[in-house]
Formats: sequence, structure tokens, C-alpha cells
Amino acid sequence: MIPVEISNLKKYYGDLKAVDGISFNVKEGEVFGLLGPNGAGKTTTIEVLEGLRKKDGGEVKVLGLDPWGNGYELHKRIGVIPQEFTFFEKTSPREAIIYYASLFGLKVDPDEILREVLLEDSADNLFENLSGGQKQKTGLALSLVNSADLLFLDEPTTGLDPNARRVIWEVIRRLKAKGKTIILTTHYLDEAQQLSDRVAIMNQGHIVAMGTSDEIIEEHGSGERLEIHGGEELANHIKTNTELKAEFRNGLISIPLKRKIDALTALAAAEQSKMDWGEIHIRSDSLDDVFVKLISGTVDEHGEIMVEDNSGKSGYKRSR
Amino acid sequence: MVNAKRIAADFKVFSRGYLRNKFGLFFGLIFPVILILIFGAIFSGDSSGTITIYAQNQDTGPFSSPQMDIASRFLSALNSSKSIRVIAVAASEDFSQYLASHSSSDGVIIPANFSANYLAGQQVNLTVYGNPASSTSAIVTGIVSGVADLFNLERFQGSMIIGLRQTTVNTQQTKYVDFLIPGLIGFSILVSPMFSLVNISSEYKKNKLFKQLSLTPLTKMEWLTSKVLWYIVLSATSFLLMVAVGVFAFGAHIILTVWLIPFLILGPMLFAALGMLVGTITKNPETAGVIGNIVTFPMMFLSGTFFPISIMPQYLQSIAHVLPLFYIIDGLNNVMVYSNIAAALIDIAVVTAITAVIFAAAVKLFRWRED
Repeated sequence: MIPVEISNLKKYYGDLKAVDGISFNVKEGEVFGLLGPNGAGKTTTIEVLEGLRKKDGGEVKVLGLDPWGNGYELHKRIGVIPQEFTFFEKTSPREAIIYYASLFGLKVDPDEILREVLLEDSADNLFENLSGGQKQKTGLALSLVNSADLLFLDEPTTGLDPNARRVIWEVIRRLKAKGKTIILTTHYLDEAQQLSDRVAIMNQGHIVAMGTSDEIIEEHGSGERLEIHGGEELANHIKTNTELKAEFRNGLISIPLKRKIDALTALAAAEQSKMDWGEIHIRSDSLDDVFVKLISGTVDEHGEIMVEDNSGKSGYKRSR
Repeated sequence: MVNAKRIAADFKVFSRGYLRNKFGLFFGLIFPVILILIFGAIFSGDSSGTITIYAQNQDTGPFSSPQMDIASRFLSALNSSKSIRVIAVAASEDFSQYLASHSSSDGVIIPANFSANYLAGQQVNLTVYGNPASSTSAIVTGIVSGVADLFNLERFQGSMIIGLRQTTVNTQQTKYVDFLIPGLIGFSILVSPMFSLVNISSEYKKNKLFKQLSLTPLTKMEWLTSKVLWYIVLSATSFLLMVAVGVFAFGAHIILTVWLIPFLILGPMLFAALGMLVGTITKNPETAGVIGNIVTFPMMFLSGTFFPISIMPQYLQSIAHVLPLFYIIDGLNNVMVYSNIAAALIDIAVVTAITAVIFAAAVKLFRWRED
């Protein structure tokens, strides 16, 4: 059975089309990353899958169930860590695990779960005294209580310091190694790349690219290009004297290469111009480049899109 | 679909969290006891018996013998009455200003030559100060004129025909503290569950804890039931503490019967559900707090918590009769103070009906998840 099937999912908040007709399937044992800036529709999508929100259109099946209609059944079989996970302040991780186990009517060994999420050291500290990373680990621990094979992790490392993030990644990798199917949302590109088998890049309610990193780069990347450190005049000179396109931006001339030999043509033109130029590189688009291109901006650490305008200043495109 | 094991699990986690929170414990258990101690101390003891009056004796003599100083004899006669304590004010003071600066309205001035005029049989007037709005003034006037009559009688060697024989009625007297304890029990039944649930239900909504819980098999009915159970336990504990303090510290006369149980169960249930309702229908914790206060405070003061509603004007009494807390406190008074079970049954019926409506509304409107 395919654990998650979505086709043409729609969810509107008034006039805002939070999710506007997206489709994807998640295979068993796969880590599927939903990547995008804030407001892209990631959390709305994952909350519809978890049965926390009602869809406005399309088809959604999770473990063969309608998540909204059969939420109560579904929740026994999935593990979830919601965005900005919080818990009762005066409760320790161990007590929280025991509490969840009794709600699910299960007998579990709290120590085993605590070990699995690397939280043994803080097992008996009250939730209010835990660090951000330890709180997230508590959330992960709770999502494991009912031994679900399908996990939903909504921005599991947002707001954590780099070390804490790496520890959470380690925990997620272990879960993947145990064969769990995981759907993960994040606005960190490296996180999506590090953990996911496949990534869907979301922007403004749409999926703008989907596949493995290589597939996305191949489909949406521009291929190889020559980069020359030089001025705008040089860029114009290359443009007028060759058939090549040359883009100037921030002291860098970028020339897409259809064939490798185009590089020679460009360099010859540059040499002939008698203008100054510096380092040269041949490079391909990384997932990073493609991501920036697809969402028309870069994403800061809070998940907000930053756009660079032509004056070189950067600013926030919009915030929600 | 209500599962006792899940209720027990949630009850355990919630009560443990509550007990670990010192503020909650203070407001739930200690604060009502402090209120009893404060109000009990204010309204009990000897303060109710004697009235203080200020007296200025302007009759400075000279007297040829101490027997001629009628003014001083008059003052000591006043002082020997058990209801009045006389404090002398120097003749040099401005008397009305002196009264004002001592926040008092009761006083008497004995004019100059009072003794000489008395002995000569010439009319002389005492000046009695009083505030017509104060109940003490009438008592003061009565006592001063009683003493004056005695002196008049004595001056003309009259004899008393009608005498008084004082005796104390031996039936149980309802003291303020007897009435205060049911009121403050009502107060604690109202305040703890109400404020907690307003706060919890709006905070859990904001930080998505309800969503989190909706991902477990716990149902909202089970969740609410465990909260109600906890506040019943808390109210019962607080009840026992307050009764113990009332009885041992102030000698309150309290009747403990099984008829108290319905109030100790329905009360927390009613106000937990009401708090839940306020937290549910408001958008954020700030609004919830404001609405919670608007609902709670008038109810707290108008339901007979700190003073009997019979001293309030009629329109406020009418308002009291639509407040659920009124019926709880009225019922507690009927059971604990007056042993009037028939009247208490009416209160139980009204409280049951209100509780059923509020509880049903809270369960209906409360959502784990949003559309």
C-alpha cells in the first residue's frame, strides 16, 4: 500500500489559496521532504495529512484512510511532531512518554524510546527546563510511543542551534534506517538535502519542483556556466562580440554554456577586450541555486524569503 | 467512547503538574484560608461590642469639694455603661476637628459651669455629636440621654419606678464567621476552576497543545472530565481546610451533612465548564483573560460571598438571582448554617440545570482541531 496519496489537494483560508492543487505520493520507507519558505503551504499540507485540518478539494489518503473523517483511527497509526512542539510545562519527558503510552493503551519501555531519541540525560527534567533541542526530542519521543510506521515531522529543527539540529538529524536518520516512512517539512535546504530521498519544493501553494536533488537540478538547473569576475562593460563586450548570453550581477559575469567549447569563445572575447578580469570558474547549479531561482529569492533562517533587487540591497519580499 | 483509564492517565499528569506549580496551590488552597483568617479577624472578637466616643469636659471648676464636680461624675457614669468607651479630649482642642482627625463621628461636650448649673437647678445642655447615617450615633445618643435622665432624677431626689432586668437569649446565635465560611467556600469553588480553565483552554489553543492531544486517543470529553475531577478534589480539600480553620480559629458553628456533596461536585463542574467556554469562544489568551474577569468578578461580589445579599439594594439582589454562584452559596448556607434542606434542594435543582447547560455548551463548542 502507498502510505500517502495526494492528488489536486486544495485548502483556502478565505481569499488566500494556502494550498492550490498539489499532488504527490510517498512510498513506503521513504523520507519525503516538503521544502519551501514560510507561507508556501507546507504546514497546511502536512496538517491536512495528519487529519488536523479539513481539505477544501482534491483527494487525500493516508494509510488508506480519509485523514479528516477517520482521524481518530488514523492517529493510532501515525506519529506526529507538530510545528513549534510544546508540552505540559511541569512534566518530564519520561512522564510524557508514560502518559502517551497509557492514552494509547500500550505498555512501552520509556528508557528504550528515550535512548532512541538521545534524551536519556534529561529524562527526568521538567519540560519547561529543557533546551529547544531537548524539547524537540521529547516531541520525537512522543511520536514514537505508538510504534507508528509513518511519521510526520513539521519543521523539526526550526529555531535550533546548528549542533542541536545535527543531533535531531541523527535521530531522523536512525528512524529512516529502521524502515519508517517519514514526511518532513523544512525551510532549510541543507536539511531537506541531508535527510530526504525525494524533495518537493513548495512556493505559494504550489509544488514547483519534485524529485531527488539530482532530478530537480537536471530539470530546473541551467547546466554548466562560466563565471568571470569582471565589470559590466566586459559583460557587454562579450555579449556584442559573441553569440553567448552574458549576465552581469554583483561583480560577476555569468555565461551559460551550451557546449564546453563556448567557454573558450567567451574567454577569447574577454582577452581581446583588453579589460581587467579576475578569477574564472566553471560551475553547475546546485540545489541551492535552483531553490533560489524557483522561489525567486533566498530564504533566511526564519524561513522568510529575501529578494535581492538590482541595487544589490536585500529586503523581505513579503511576510506572513 | 469515554475510557476511564485515559481519564486516569490525564488526571495523573494534570494533578501532578498542578501540585508542582506553587502558585496554583497557593490560590487553590491557601488563599481562601487566608481570606477566612482576615475576614474572621476583622468581624469577630470584641470589636462589635463597645462604641468609642470622645468627650470634652469644658467644666473646669473651680469646685469647693470633689463632690461638687458633677461633670466628672457624669463622664464616669457614661464610661461605666458596657456599651461605651469614653476617651477624654483636652478642653483646648477644637472638638469637631479632633473628631474628624480621628475618623470618628461620636462625641459629647460638657459645657463650662455644667456642675454649678446642675447644682443650682438651672437648665444646662450637653452637646452630642453624631452622624445620622451611622448606626452607632443612635446608640450613643440613647445612652447619653439615659445617663442624663438618671442625673435629672437624682437632682430632684426622684426614685426609679420602672427598672430593667437584663437576660441573654440562649438560642444559637448566627455569627458573621458562620456565614463567611459558606461564602468563601463558594468563592474557592468559583475562582480555582474558572480561572484555571479560562487560562488552560486559551493557552492550549494558542500553543497548539489541543492539536497535539487530538493526535492521541484521548477525547475532549475525557480531557474535560479529568479537569473537572481534579477541581472537585481540590474544592473538597479546600472545603475541609476552610471548615477546620473556621471551627478551630473562630469557633464557627457549621453543620456537616451529605447534602454538601452535590454542591462540592456540581460547583467545580459548573465553573470548570464555564471557564472552558470562555477560553473556547475567545480568540486569544488576552481576550479570554478579560472576558473571564468580566464574568468572574461581579459574580464573586454579588453572590453573597463576603456579605449577605440581603444588605444589597433590590436591583442588585435581582442580579444576584441570575448568577449561578448565588445558588451555590445560598445552598451551602441553607445546609451548613440553617439546616434548611428543603431550600437547599431548590438550590441543587437550579445549580444542576445551569451546570447541565454550561457543560453541554462547553463540550459542543470546544474543538480539538479547526477546519
